[in-house]
Amino acid sequence: MSSPAARTPDADAAEAVGRDEFDSYYGRPVIKPPVWKQPDVPIYLFVGGVAGVSAVLAEGAAATGRPALERWARTAAAGGAAVGTVALIHDLGRPERFLNMLRVFKPTSPLSVGSWILAPFGGLSTLSAASALTGRGRRLGRLAGVGAAALGAPLATYTAALLSDTAVPAWHEAHRELPFWFAGSAAGAAGGLAIAAVPLDESGPARRIAVAGAALDVAAERLVEHRLGMLAEPYQQARPGRLLRWARGLTLAGGAAAAVGGRSRLLSAAGGLALATGSLLTRFGVFQAGLASAEDPRYTVVPQRARVDGYSPKA
Amino acid sequence: MSDVHTDPLGALMRDDGAQPRVGFFTDTSLCIGCKACEVACKAWNNVPDDGFELSGMSYDNTGQLSADTWRHVAFIEQEVPAAQLTDLGLPGMGPPDPQGATSGDAGVRWLMSSDVCKHCTHAACLDVCPTGSLFRTEYGTVVVQPDICNGCGYCIPACPYGVIDQRKEDGRAFKCTLCYDRLKDQKQPACAQACPTDSIQFGELDELRERAQRRVDELHERGVDVARLYGQDPSDGVGGDGAFFLLLDRPEVYGLPPDPVVTTRDLPSMWKHVGAAAAGLLAAGVAAFVGGRR
Repeated sequence: MSSPAARTPDADAAEAVGRDEFDSYYGRPVIKPPVWKQPDVPIYLFVGGVAGVSAVLAEGAAATGRPALERWARTAAAGGAAVGTVALIHDLGRPERFLNMLRVFKPTSPLSVGSWILAPFGGLSTLSAASALTGRGRRLGRLAGVGAAALGAPLATYTAALLSDTAVPAWHEAHRELPFWFAGSAAGAAGGLAIAAVPLDESGPARRIAVAGAALDVAAERLVEHRLGMLAEPYQQARPGRLLRWARGLTLAGGAAAAVGGRSRLLSAAGGLALATGSLLTRFGVFQAGLASAEDPRYTVVPQRARVDGYSPKA
Repeated sequence: MSDVHTDPLGALMRDDGAQPRVGFFTDTSLCIGCKACEVACKAWNNVPDDGFELSGMSYDNTGQLSADTWRHVAFIEQEVPAAQLTDLGLPGMGPPDPQGATSGDAGVRWLMSSDVCKHCTHAACLDVCPTGSLFRTEYGTVVVQPDICNGCGYCIPACPYGVIDQRKEDGRAFKCTLCYDRLKDQKQPACAQACPTDSIQFGELDELRERAQRRVDELHERGVDVARLYGQDPSDGVGGDGAFFLLLDRPEVYGLPPDPVVTTRDLPSMWKHVGAAAAGLLAAGVAAFVGGRR
């Protein structure tokens, strides 16, 4: 039997109830952990972020006359969309039925909304990349690029709702911070890859995006760890905790190198690659933290028990 | 009990054309753990076997609800204080359960409960399904259409009860249909039909809720203070369950979440934050090009 009630429903109250005193059915998880595969889904989260922010960078580059940055960003947008689409389809239990994703449009399903973002984004970014690389149909390519840029920001952030809109405690409880964490991670990775790939005289905007992204990434993670009480544990402990510590270190170091590396191609490349690696590890870390919180019944039972006892002391 | 029963099939044969919502009331105080419900469900729905393994922890060798287990009988063996110890007036302890006190097995009580899909009023699995494979039937139940499901798996972590799961060798998600095909033929679901003690009661949901309230009142009058209803309240986090329970302990003892909430309740807030983050990305993109030196 659990100890007597905490009075408030928030996560800290859950902690006060006593994390080791809770009932479960032979220690089994209450919810079913996601069956989404690794590395498919964490890779999709990463490349979706890179592709989305790259599409924004590409339009800025085209508008301000930075051809090398434009070519790189359009390639990254199209390539990221292609890899992401393959990863998503590979993750399906029935891959041959992937077109059923576009059978309906459901705002209550972030996966449906995401499919309707990814499908046109993939087409438009591929069109604009082909145009930029071949020099053919530049007007149409530009138009497609504007469309891809408009879809790019939602593509980089909707994946937060994708994870949060589940009963997985560590994901659901982070639904306010996760969009900003993923936005920062995506900007750091896309900007980082661009400063690694593009000459210094064109990469200024990408550098600023990368540094701002790294800062947002680290700040949002901090917020998650402060606000979630006991549900922050999966982000800090065991393997996901180690992945996220490495991610934070790489993001901070990469962000610093990007910030001061404006005159050094080598420093820019090293910083940019560190940022991208940090972003990739962040996606694996967040994904695995969710799995860990789903597999341990305490993260489902203790906060809910605290809520119930808070409302009605008798329970 | 039987005096309050109406014809369970009455809900399926209304001549006014209005189809009322149907469901299960599973009264675990009547469950004897025979698992006839598990067997009947498997047999009728042609559900594949889920392994013949001994759990080694109890009489429960089924383990949990899954793609291949749509009814699951939980077994909980509890030590309760011997009768004389209750005189100490320990805080928060009710009198021992009659099941334990009268069986000659004083000091131990067995809880048995047949778990099933809750067919929630606000069903997260249905909300998040991107293909429209999961749908709400004319009976108010929630059913997967296997010919539509593409195995994306979103419904699985969305369910606050851990009911629906993926059939690994098949790739698609499966769960209880509340015997949709049998309802169409004016038959009650196989588990309810097979239950020898009326622990599983099928019928019109409104009527089942009234019946359950009478039952829990009756148990309280008889001193079974631990009896409580679970999932019957339309104001709970899932809008009430289409399949609800009478339990003799806290829900989490049976592996049920104490206060489940449909995840999509917070979806408006999620979209708001996603939108703000996306707008921020776009603004940062513009600022990076406008404010720059090179």
